[in-house]
Amino acid sequence: MHLLAEVGYFEPWWMQLAKALVIFFVVFNLVPLTLLADRKVLGRFQHRYGPNRVGPFGTLQAVADIGKLVFKAQFRPAGAQGWLFAAAPVISMMTAAATIAIIPFGDTVDIFGTKTGLYGVDPSIGILFAFAFGGIAFYGLMLGGWASASKYSFLGSMRAAAQLISYEVAQGLSLVGVIMMVGSLSLVDIVNWQADNFWMVGPQLVAFLIFLVAGFAETNRAPFDLPEADAELVGGYNTEYGGGRFAAFFAAEYLNMVVVSGLIVTLFFGGWHIPFVDPPTWVDPIVVIAKMCVVLFFFIWVRATLPRLRYDQLMSLGWKILLPLATLNAFVTAILVVVLD
Amino acid sequence: MPYDPGDVVEVMRAPRDSAPAGAYRAFAATLKGLRMTFGRLAEGPNTISYPEEKTPVYPRFRGRHKLHRFEDTGLEKCVGCSLCAAACPADCIRVVAAENTPDNRVSAGERYAAVYEINLSRCIFCGYCEIACPFDAITMGHDYEMADYNRSDLIFTKEMLLAEPLERTPLRMADE
Repeated sequence: MHLLAEVGYFEPWWMQLAKALVIFFVVFNLVPLTLLADRKVLGRFQHRYGPNRVGPFGTLQAVADIGKLVFKAQFRPAGAQGWLFAAAPVISMMTAAATIAIIPFGDTVDIFGTKTGLYGVDPSIGILFAFAFGGIAFYGLMLGGWASASKYSFLGSMRAAAQLISYEVAQGLSLVGVIMMVGSLSLVDIVNWQADNFWMVGPQLVAFLIFLVAGFAETNRAPFDLPEADAELVGGYNTEYGGGRFAAFFAAEYLNMVVVSGLIVTLFFGGWHIPFVDPPTWVDPIVVIAKMCVVLFFFIWVRATLPRLRYDQLMSLGWKILLPLATLNAFVTAILVVVLD
Repeated sequence: MPYDPGDVVEVMRAPRDSAPAGAYRAFAATLKGLRMTFGRLAEGPNTISYPEEKTPVYPRFRGRHKLHRFEDTGLEKCVGCSLCAAACPADCIRVVAAENTPDNRVSAGERYAAVYEINLSRCIFCGYCEIACPFDAITMGHDYEMADYNRSDLIFTKEMLLAEPLERTPLRMADE
């Protein structure tokens, strides 16, 4: 068989299944939490409380919202392309969920006498896995917008396509420096390297900033939320969606946010590693999730701060600033790696 | 006649940043903005959680009307003169006067208001009735929660206006 990527499967099948369920459960529960945090923290930024009616301190608001959406009647516009219309949210959701698999929450540990890595998979292509699914994720938005047979949806999906392609280039290039310094694509190797040496955010500050900005663009978050610019596009690619399918799009967006924050933590902030402290292994996943929460807070903070970019500003930022900067960063890193080695 | 700017139009433009200067300025401005919003976060919410917590009103606030009695005798102050109805720009007050008799003494004057109705769905809360009243029989109270399901329920009769309002609105303190 032609092998495209080497995946280090060394666990028995039941452990892989259990791991997948646990990781999916934990990260999926982060989605309504992020949703709630987004609204509550954004409220605090604007001198108000945010949702505070459902449950104690409004903590059940996200659950109530999702419940309401799921129980709504499915609606499909007359001109919609049947199964594509239904498939689009599934693609969005699946790609977002699949990327979680490679985020490492800890190193290999012993559970029930089996050697288990605290991550879904650790493929040899590592970070390319995330970009591959990022590339597929754009089909979700694109098909969603196109299959709805609506002008605004289509405009939104065109914007999303252009934006995702533009920023994926810069995002991928910004990581070349990190990969060269570590000498491996595997995220577990990258974290272990950072634990042995130093956090990547120091030497690769430029790469971090580019990855962060591109990450905002990839997740369609403010200030890059042009695909769903509600004032101009009524809501973009998901205009014609309602009920459970809209919930899927919405959840995929927040899931992407969680994934990007996980990648940022893994690639630049040393994953489960805390400097000068050597905690027991069971703390590792908690450390990763805590770091992810900080990054998620930053996402919300930026949303509260920056206004939406104009479309030409978005394009010129992506192609004229981030891409040359990422290339330069990769170039300089390459020279330094060779010279200092 | 169309506007003719002449042959040469000179447009003054501010000098543009060079690319690095522009990038630096954008970066610095972003950081400044982030600090600014974080300051707002630290200040905490300004919300008054309305149904639980009511905004205090000023003493001059013009809310729902009140009719008054003399405190010592318990007689109504209103003598049914209809001056309030005459002053009302929204025409929402209806007064029907009747004569006081020795065995049925309602007000201190010669006559009293047999019917006194204010249609609050028409009232504009201008307070002219209060100004027009020669005996201070009608004043504007402080209640502002008067929503109801039926328009007919918004016609307040004399008994309702004379009664103390059930829910009192907090009065603003001098230093608030």
